[in-house]
Amino acid sequence: MVILLLFVDRFSISLAGASLCCCYYCGAVVYQRFCFRVQLFFSYFKELVGKEVTVELKNDLAIRGTLHSVDQYLNIKLENTRVVDQDKYPHMLSVRNCFIRGSVVRYVLLPQDGVDIDILHDATRREARGG
Amino acid sequence: MATEEDMAVKEPLDLIRLSLDERIYVKLRSDRELRGKLHAYDQHLNMILGDVEEVVTTVEIDDETYEEIVRVSICDFCISLLRIICYIDESTLPLCSFQTSKRTIPFLFVRGDGVILVSPPLRTA
Repeated sequence: MVILLLFVDRFSISLAGASLCCCYYCGAVVYQRFCFRVQLFFSYFKELVGKEVTVELKNDLAIRGTLHSVDQYLNIKLENTRVVDQDKYPHMLSVRNCFIRGSVVRYVLLPQDGVDIDILHDATRREARGG
Repeated sequence: MATEEDMAVKEPLDLIRLSLDERIYVKLRSDRELRGKLHAYDQHLNMILGDVEEVVTTVEIDDETYEEIVRVSICDFCISLLRIICYIDESTLPLCSFQTSKRTIPFLFVRGDGVILVSPPLRTA
C-alpha cells in the first residue's frame, strides 16, 4: 500500500529507517521513508522565512533584517539589514544583505506571531522523547 | 496525551522537559541571566523563551586611583570569582560594584552554546 506524503509534519523526527510521523494538516499518521536528522529549530526557522527578526551576535552587535534563509547549522541569511545601534557600530552602514555563521549568534529576537506555541510544545516533546 | 515515556525522567534533559511551558531561570555565559517561559528546547540547549527578562551584570571599579594594571587584572577575573573575593575580604567591597542592566524581550531564541544552567526560577530573598 502506497501512502502519499502530502504535508509531512515539518517538525517530525526519526530514528534510523522508517518511522511514523503526523501529517501537519490532517493529522493522519503516515510512514516516512526518509531518515531526517533531528532538527526542530531548523524547521522552526524555515517557517519564519520572510519575517523580520533581530539577530544579536556574541560580540553584542545586533542586526535587524528579514530572514531570507537558514540551514541545518542555523547559519542565517538576512536581507534588508540595518544595525540596531548604528552610531556604536558604523562598520555595516552600507550592508543590506548578510550571511551570519550560526555559531556567532547569541540570540534571535523573534516575532511572536511566527509559529503557534502549541505546535512548538508538541514538537519539543516529541523531539525530547526520540532524541 | 501523556504516555509512560513522557512521564519517565531518565536523563538530565528530561528534567528540562518537565519545565516546558513553565517559567525558568537560565544562566548564560558573559554574566547574563534570563528568566522566561520555556516554549522549546533541543539537545544542544538551544531554547525558545517567551516574556523574557534578561539581566546583564557588569563590574565597575569605583576607586579611580587604582592603577590601570590592577583594573585590568581585576577585570580578568570572572565576576563570580570576584564575588567570592568580596565575601572573603570585605575591605575590597567599596572598591568595586556590580551594575546590572535589564531588558525584556517578548519572544527569544537562545543558542545553546551560551547556556550554562537551566533551573526553575530562584526564589530571591
